[in-house]
This record gives sequence, structure tokens and C-alpha cells, in this order.
Amino acid sequence: MITGSKAGTKTVALIGTDAIAEAMRQINPDVVAAYPITPQTAIVETYSQMVADGLVKTNMIAVESEHSAMSAAIGAAASGARVMTATSAQGLGLMWEMLYIASGLRLPIIMPNVNRALSAPINIHCDHGDSMGARDSGWIQLFSENAQESYDNTIQAIRIAENPAVLLPVMVLLDGFIISHSIDRVELLDDEVVSHFVGEFKPAYSLLNARNPVSVGNFDGLYGYYFEFKRQQEEALLNSFRVINEVGEEFGKISGRPYRFFETIGMEDAEFAIIVLGSAAGTVRQQVEDMRAKGIPIGMIKLRVFRPFPARELAEAISRMKAVAVFDRSSTFAGNMGGPVFIELRSALYDLQKRPLLVNYVYGLGGRDLSVDLVNKAAAELAEVACSGQVKQPVNYLGLRE
Amino acid sequence: MSTKLADLVQKPQYLSGGHRLCAGCGASIAVRQILMGVPDDVKLVIANPTGCLEVSTSIYPYTAWNTSYIHSAFENAAATLSGAEAAYQTLKKQGKIKEDFRFVVFGGDGGTYDIGLQALSGTLERGHRLVYVCYNNEAYMNTGIQRSGATIMGSWTTTSPYGRYSSGKKENRKDMTAIAAAHNIPYVAQASISHWRDLVRKAQKAFAADGPAFINVLSPCHRGWRYPMEKTVEMAKMAVQACIWPLYEVENGKWNLTAKVKKQPVEGYLKTQGRFAHLFQEENKDILKAIQENVDAEWEKLLNLCEQK
Amino acid sequence: MTWDIKDIQKWGWRQHPLGGVIKDPGNSCQFKTGGWRTFRPVRDEEKCNQCLICYVFCPDSAILARDGKITGIDYDFCKGCGICAAECPKDAIQMIDETMAKKDNAGKFR
Repeated sequence: MITGSKAGTKTVALIGTDAIAEAMRQINPDVVAAYPITPQTAIVETYSQMVADGLVKTNMIAVESEHSAMSAAIGAAASGARVMTATSAQGLGLMWEMLYIASGLRLPIIMPNVNRALSAPINIHCDHGDSMGARDSGWIQLFSENAQESYDNTIQAIRIAENPAVLLPVMVLLDGFIISHSIDRVELLDDEVVSHFVGEFKPAYSLLNARNPVSVGNFDGLYGYYFEFKRQQEEALLNSFRVINEVGEEFGKISGRPYRFFETIGMEDAEFAIIVLGSAAGTVRQQVEDMRAKGIPIGMIKLRVFRPFPARELAEAISRMKAVAVFDRSSTFAGNMGGPVFIELRSALYDLQKRPLLVNYVYGLGGRDLSVDLVNKAAAELAEVACSGQVKQPVNYLGLRE
Repeated sequence: MSTKLADLVQKPQYLSGGHRLCAGCGASIAVRQILMGVPDDVKLVIANPTGCLEVSTSIYPYTAWNTSYIHSAFENAAATLSGAEAAYQTLKKQGKIKEDFRFVVFGGDGGTYDIGLQALSGTLERGHRLVYVCYNNEAYMNTGIQRSGATIMGSWTTTSPYGRYSSGKKENRKDMTAIAAAHNIPYVAQASISHWRDLVRKAQKAFAADGPAFINVLSPCHRGWRYPMEKTVEMAKMAVQACIWPLYEVENGKWNLTAKVKKQPVEGYLKTQGRFAHLFQEENKDILKAIQENVDAEWEKLLNLCEQK
Repeated sequence: MTWDIKDIQKWGWRQHPLGGVIKDPGNSCQFKTGGWRTFRPVRDEEKCNQCLICYVFCPDSAILARDGKITGIDYDFCKGCGICAAECPKDAIQMIDETMAKKDNAGKFR
């Protein structure tokens, strides 16, 4: 989403993980607790060097596991520190228990997750199965198309997470290897600009508040207020809709790159469209633009915010379409129900009087390439669905060896 | 620092009454004694893994902790508090915090010997300045008396029951205090609630240590051990006298016995508790013998380490 | 700061503190556990030599001390475990039936 450059910015060539590390350096968190895992490792390495070189004030804890990474992050955030960590796949899996505790304790921890397929079989390449599994853990999830968006999302995440109406942890998602290890053009903001944008962290509570000690993580098993606390979390997530847009707009003012829940191409006159998230949006965009140049009425939505799920806005954006194809880089194993974006979008459309036909393409599992040919194949099938008004097969695999 | 009771009773009560631990619980005795060793004029952050102490002292909307307290999960109290300590170090350096803080974990043996061992090991290895206290009652009491890595061989628990094909726990316990000592941290100790002065002195040393400290405190549980509740302190004392729970410390790598005992046969100790009742049947004589042999071997090893031989 | 939780069971979800964080340390002192007791420890002030052993072994922070001396037993929190009586070297604490003690209006058993 590079739309222009502003004075005080610097354009550099960076791999995605270094773009994240740059954002972290500029945010300058008090504590980073992390454990290395491919393909996230490069973030930890680069950031460790920044700490070693005295570029940041961060107290970095090189923990002995991801479970301890998130646990230490929770302990530090509950102590009033601004805290970040990062992980991938199995690491996110090991953190699972603690993800819910971070959100339940309302700690605004920021975590880039470099998307990687979950074992078995063990596979180090990209799909979204890791973070999609965590979609109900109470975290906000922002997907990135490229290194620039990974950088931008990381900076915005601080402001979203720490907003008093939100106070929830945020996951910044970037595709393993495709973004994390590819050199990309990235416009970096000035250190002072970022520092001013993120501001000082004002914790909602702190264990280190000597005058007002707090008891955190209390047991709620006898009287049962658990339900009420979960409702509070739901409210915070609802509030985050507004905050995400406000922060995205404000970020646009300092960077020339405003952000919303999703980006659209040609949706004003399209008859059918593709919805996609992550790095595949680049490939899809190219094809959509080529097809539109040939007069094919296709549009596209690149989804950025998956949690909270912008159901109303998405439904509104596609309600006039004849057919929509949802590209999912993960499966739900729900019994041919399709990928998570498909399932949620279908649910979002249920209340509409008139709704488009929906088809799902599960693609790219374990890093399988999404080629131009595959996008064209799906687009051709989508055109056929729009034309015939019939969905032959709702859930399809794109790029699977049959 | 003083270990005179007249001085210790002047210390703040960091653990307030109104907690919901059982009558006669050894865990809260351990907590109170350890916290008598907190230096004056410091602030505290206390952490619990999930367990009896946690569920009984932090029942929303009540907390028994007269100080900052955090619980996050079962296997990670050390990691959680290591994060708090790391936050403190940087915020203090940044001038955002003026006060001196100390950090203490109170974890049961399940949360220490078993599920929390990795997080504890990592925390000790990284050198965080915190005191990890294991209130050891030799089984998972919170979930209803299941065997742990701290459970003594032959002991009945609900997952090492006595039956036609079982005579209680088959395996010997692990030596957690020695495992902690193997991390080469400034201070490690084994203590018992019965020997309060020894315990408080160890707590004082642990709080003074410039780095991690670990104290393993025998804290009997009458529900799990099956003895009358008023005998909690007596049980701990007998364990020390039978040398099944020796009192020692490892201060900067140097091992020292901290209590003189006239070693008693372990049978007398085992006889007082229902969890060992089946061992006194004829067919289980060998187990009794094996327990005594284990105790003797461990005691010899300890004497050697402490250069008492 | 004292946190008013009288009506907490009627509170709606908006009223609870964020994340269930309690900002009133030690407020369990509002929760009396004295009712758990079946036997009550009673201290004989004449026998008591103020060794303070009962203080150090009480699991419920229920032995009251002031200026280095035992002043009494906090029956709001004492659960009647009897450890103080068992450990007292002077045999100065006796455990008596709680119902008897409650019937005793003259306050002999205090």
C-alpha cells in the first residue's frame, strides 16, 4: 500500500523480519521476551543485535520456550512495561494457553507472528493455520501483504492495543519466507515520528505500583464472574473497530499510507470479486488489474483485519456482487466447511436480503505457491459461477496435486 | 538481620487472614515464615502457579495478599515473575520506579518439580533476581492428592493407590533441591516449617542474594498425608529428624548442613501417616527397607557434599 | 483504598474491574473464616510465657501480637486447627468445643 512518500522518510531495501525489527527499534519497548523459531528467528536475531549495540532501552529476555516467552511478556506487561514478543507456528502453538491469559488480563502485548504451517508433517513454509487457530483467543489480528505493511501494522498495533477502550493484545501477521525473507522496498518513518506516534505507555494497572498494589490473575471459580469478564473482552473488541480505523487514519497522516479494515480494487463496478489476505494479495491484484484492463468486471478485497472480523463492512462491500471467491491459506477441518475466512464471511452475509454466491479456494498450504495460472483458473471459474448463477462446488483446493 | 521472634512479629503480615486454605495447612505457615525474612523497606511482588495456595488466597473479589500478586498459569510462575523482574530492572534504570522491589514465587511441588520445572530452570539459568520457594507437600493436593515427582516411594496417593497389584508409588522422588543447586545460583536451601528460625534465616539469605535463590520447604498437608490437622508442624519436625528431609543450604556453591540431628529410623515417621499405612503389612516389608536405604544413601551423599565425613 | 463489594453479586459486567484485577490488597480480611471452627483455642495468660511460638506456626495469621507480645487470638479467622495448642511449649493453649464457647456468655473462654 505504498501510495507516496513524505519528507522525513527513508526508503530502504529490507527483508520482512528486518522491517519488523526496525519498527520494534523505533517503538523501543521496555521488555522483549522471545524464543527463536523459523521463520521468526531473524526478528529475534536482528533485535538482539540492536539491544547489544545499545540502540534501544529494551531489557531482552532470551527465554527457554515460547510458553515462557508469553508468560514473561505477561509478567512484564502486568508490571507496567511496554512489551513485545514474536513467534511462528509451533511457537504459537506452545503459547496457546497463555494467549488467552494475555487477553483475559487485558495486557496490550504486541506480537508479530510470522505465519508458518503447523506440523505434522513438519513444514517451515507459509500458511495461515497457526494464527487462524488463535482467532478465538481474544487477540486482535492484523494481516500484512508485504514488508511495508508488516512495519506499518507493527507501529499501529501499539496504539490500538494500548487504547484505554481496547487494552487487548495484538498479533501482526506476515507470511513466512514470502514476506519474512524476501527483500522488499520499505519506507521507514523517522525515529522521532514513530516515537511521537506511539507515545508513552500508560498501563491500566501495574504490579510495580508501590502505593497501590494489585492482585492480578485472581481465581474466579467460586462466585462465577467469568461470564462478565468475557463480555468485557467482547466489548473491548467491539471498541477496537473504531480505534483501528482512527489509528489507521492518523497513521496515514504521518506516512501517506492510511489503513482501514480492508482495501478494495474495482469494487464499485465489479460483478464478481476475490477476497484474499496476506502476501497472495499481490499476485491476485496483478491478475485482477490485468483482467479489468481487458474489460472483465472483476474486483478484489484485501482483508487486513481478521480479528475483530469486520462483518458488516465486508457484507456491505460485496452485497452487490453476483459471486465472490474467498481465498483461504488454511483449512478448518470442519468437514468441507472451507477455510476460516470463507466460514466467517458466509455467516456475515446471512442477514442480507440479497447476497452473492460464495465459493472457497483453499490454497497455499505448507507454502505451496499460488501461481498466476491458479489465480486465473479460479477467476475463470468465478466468472462462470457469476454467469450461471450456480455454485457447483463451494469448497475447492487450488494447487493441490490430485 | 534478626531472627528473634520478638522482632519477627513486628514484620508486616503480607498474607492476610480470610484466605480459604484448609485448617492446619502447612503451605500458609511456610509463606508466613518465608515472608518474615523480607528485608525492611522493600516492596514485594508475589507469584503463584496454579495450586492450593493460589486458589485459596485470590478468590475474586477477595485477595489475601497485602502486596502485589500475580497468577497466570500452572507451569510458568517462574517465567511470569522473571518478566516482572525484567520489567522492574529496566523501569528502575529508566527512573520510572524509585522503590526497591523483591520478587517471590510460592509454588507447590507439582508446579515446581513437574510441570513448572522447565520454566524454573530457565529462570534460574538467566539469573533473574527472584526467590523461588517450593512449598512442598509431596503430591498434587489441589486436585485431590495425586502423585508428583516429589512423592516419596511407597506413598499412597489417588494416582499411586494401594491395591492387589500396587503398593503405592513405585518410584523414588527426584532431588529437586540438588537440581536447583546444579544451576550454580547464589543460594539454594532445603528448609522445614518446623525449624522456623533456620527457615527465616534462609529466607533472609535468599532475599539478600544478588541473583536467583531457591528454597524447598517441607510443608505437610494433613488431607494428603492422613494425619490429624494439629500435627502439621510435628510431621515436618519428624521428617527432619528421620533425615528424610535434611536441612541444608548451598551458598555460592558451598554445601552446609544447617541443623544438627540425631538420625531416627524412618519407620517412626512413616507410621504416623495414613499414606504409608499399607507399608506396615507383612508383604510390604521390602518397601519399608528400600525407603530406609534410599534415605541412608541420600544422607551419606549429603554428608559428603557438606564435608561432614 | 477500600473496595465496596457488598452488592458484587448483583453487578453487571460493566461494573467489574478490568481483567478482574483487585486493587484492594488484603481485602480477604472482610471474609471471616472463624465459622469453620469446631474447636477453639483458648490461651491461658498466666501460663503463657510470651515465647511467640504460636505466632510463627499459625497458618491463618490469627495470633494477634503487639509490640512483640501476644495479645490474643483473632477468632474471625482462626479455623481451629489446633497447631498453636499442639506446639505451645508451656501448654498454655487449650482447644475447647466451639459450641460450648459460644454458649459461654460470661466470656470465660476467650
